[in-house]
Amino acid sequence: MKKSVFLGALTVAGLAAGAAAAGTLDDVKARGKLNCGVTTGLVGFAAPDANGHWDGFDVGVCRAVAAAVLGDPEAVEFVPTTGKTRFTALASGEVDMLARNTTWTFSRDVDLKFEFVGVNYYDGQGFMVPKELGVSSAKELDGATVCIQTGTTTELNLADFFRANNISYEPVPIETNAEAQQQFLAGACDVYTTDASGLAATRATFENPGNYVVLPEIISKEPLGPLVRHGDNEWGDVVRWTLNALIAGEELGITSANIEELSKGTNNPEINRMLGTEGTLGEMLGLDKDWAKNAIVAGGNYGELFEKNIGESTPIGLARGLNAQWTEGGLLYAPPFR
Amino acid sequence: MSDISFVRTEMLPQQEPPASSVGVIGWMRENLFSGWLNSVLTVISGLFIFSVVGSLLGWAWSPTWSATSLNECREIATGLGHEGHGACWGVIRDRWVQLLFGFYPPESYWRPILAFILLAVALAPVLFSDKVPGKLIYLTAAYPFIMPFLLWGGTIWGALSAAAGFVIGYFVYKAVEKAAGSLAAVISAVVAAVIWWLFLAAPVTGGLTAILPIGVEPVDSRNFGGMMLSITIGVVAIACSLPIGIVLALGRQSDLLIVKSLCVGFIEFIRGVPLITLLFVASTLLNIFMPPGTNFDIIMRVIIMATLFASAYMAEVIRGGLAALPKGQYEGADSLGLNYWQSQRLIIMPQALKISIPGIVSTFIGLFKDTTLVSVIGLLDPLGLSNAIRADSDWNGIVWELYGFIALMFFVFCFSMSRYSMYLERKLRTDHH
Repeated sequence: MKKSVFLGALTVAGLAAGAAAAGTLDDVKARGKLNCGVTTGLVGFAAPDANGHWDGFDVGVCRAVAAAVLGDPEAVEFVPTTGKTRFTALASGEVDMLARNTTWTFSRDVDLKFEFVGVNYYDGQGFMVPKELGVSSAKELDGATVCIQTGTTTELNLADFFRANNISYEPVPIETNAEAQQQFLAGACDVYTTDASGLAATRATFENPGNYVVLPEIISKEPLGPLVRHGDNEWGDVVRWTLNALIAGEELGITSANIEELSKGTNNPEINRMLGTEGTLGEMLGLDKDWAKNAIVAGGNYGELFEKNIGESTPIGLARGLNAQWTEGGLLYAPPFR
Repeated sequence: MSDISFVRTEMLPQQEPPASSVGVIGWMRENLFSGWLNSVLTVISGLFIFSVVGSLLGWAWSPTWSATSLNECREIATGLGHEGHGACWGVIRDRWVQLLFGFYPPESYWRPILAFILLAVALAPVLFSDKVPGKLIYLTAAYPFIMPFLLWGGTIWGALSAAAGFVIGYFVYKAVEKAAGSLAAVISAVVAAVIWWLFLAAPVTGGLTAILPIGVEPVDSRNFGGMMLSITIGVVAIACSLPIGIVLALGRQSDLLIVKSLCVGFIEFIRGVPLITLLFVASTLLNIFMPPGTNFDIIMRVIIMATLFASAYMAEVIRGGLAALPKGQYEGADSLGLNYWQSQRLIIMPQALKISIPGIVSTFIGLFKDTTLVSVIGLLDPLGLSNAIRADSDWNGIVWELYGFIALMFFVFCFSMSRYSMYLERKLRTDHH
């Protein structure tokens, strides 16, 4: 019975969908909710709390986009996706955007027909070893057993790195980060390798973090960013410039604390344009004029999001490093709001 | 010479058996120490069990119930002097509701609870037919419409109009049967019901909702999670797979070529494919095939796939039961002049199903445990949630406590299913012992 009802509903919905292929922005506005693909759980980046309320650095991007488009940072439907289902979820329209620490690569951008709208975290693959191993550089790891998550780019990077340095290693394949922690602590492998942010988060959970060191080598570039479908440029612009507004907000000193005051008008024209007291930037995007203000109010500017979720005051304790503003030696460089 | 001989004239009172062969000591001598080999084995096993249970209890006996993070657990453990060794139960206190209900809105928890209590009541006439009033069977018939209404919410007219399809089908059948025979009646009843569901049910539901909006807050499938998700998928798939499995098993034994080859093809295809593959088809492939913007409920897709999967296995289990019946039973049914369906219903199936009970129940248990596979497609069942809970920086690094709790919940369900099957086998035993 159920099947026939649903198949019937399918046919009808299919006809309706064929007739009207509206843009994602209109869809989101009509729905009143943003469907945002996140991980099923990654420390600091996306996790539900005991009440089912999602929080994290990637989640902050989703909430900022929802606030910019709908004026409400809570108007987000979080769709947990795994590494295997994330791209189909986006391609099929199940989610409007992915903010799921996904590395921006050529083939994902070009071949899989997605559009990375920017980078919200510059990551890279690192190594963690017990201090008692007495190793200070990854190049001394000849013959080491390495715990590595299968089916990820880290596996390929690892092979490349060891081959390039002409040293050997023995991989211990593992499935999840939790399993890796257990194996590494139990001494099943000498080295654990994954993204540096993941290493820091993992190390923070150890009983004696001081007994383990993260080696200085970063062997890959992992620019993680939100992405949308190819071909819907209006929607891509909305997500891209929301992310840029968060980054520029930090650069211009707009915080969630002072934004009310700044939005009354300042003598910095770029702040005025961003916050909607001058010009028509919001209108050009098809949004309200206070879109950027809403996005920043949602969770703070980029720096505030970083500090709250993964920064040095949190257990994860990541330094800004590459993720500092360009004025402070990092790579964050938002194009001008003009 | 006096003739001295000793003849006992009274019975001796019965002696107590020696202390070494009764009571605890006797039992131990007989069962544990009845020879040097057995004694050695007993001592070794005893030491082994003692050390395992001892260290397990030492780990589990850890007063960390009120801790709010892993670090706090460690502080408590250090304060008590057993450093680095002790469970952190705070995570269960913090998250057990989430592990049970997922993201279901807390003010509506009564709905899944009520749905599962009603499930027990609705199952009673089926499972314990001799102990409950027969009238309850009406609730059982209505339950397939009550459960989705309670779990997913929305307007009550949706459930009622879905049920109305069956009523319409029934009346059409009755009306046509008199005029044109039973085959035509079945066909026209099905057609009438399908027309109702496809074209009339939606506008009628909409109209009635506009006039009389009775209903409860709708809950999105995305908010299902934890044990509730496993039970929902498991119960629906179990309930649907048994009848489908019976039909497939009969179809496989049928003499009709098309029916037979369809059933064989279906069973062999589904059994030849891992469940994970089917789940990926449900979660990703179907999405691509369907026009963009369609929202075919992900849980419904998973339930359909799990049902198909279980039906194929069920069909083979039941075919085993059918094959075990002596040919005389079929011939006996024929000689009584029963037609095919009558003989299946009255003679064959009751015996075949009885033989298959252990196989059926173990398929059920397997299916119920297989529901945890949905975590690979991003649904937050208990195992998926355990990963999400670890992603909270308070609880990152906790493994065994969560898995232990989840295992306990699954054990309760699977063990009760297994005990029920033993009860059923005893009840249905007709041979003489």
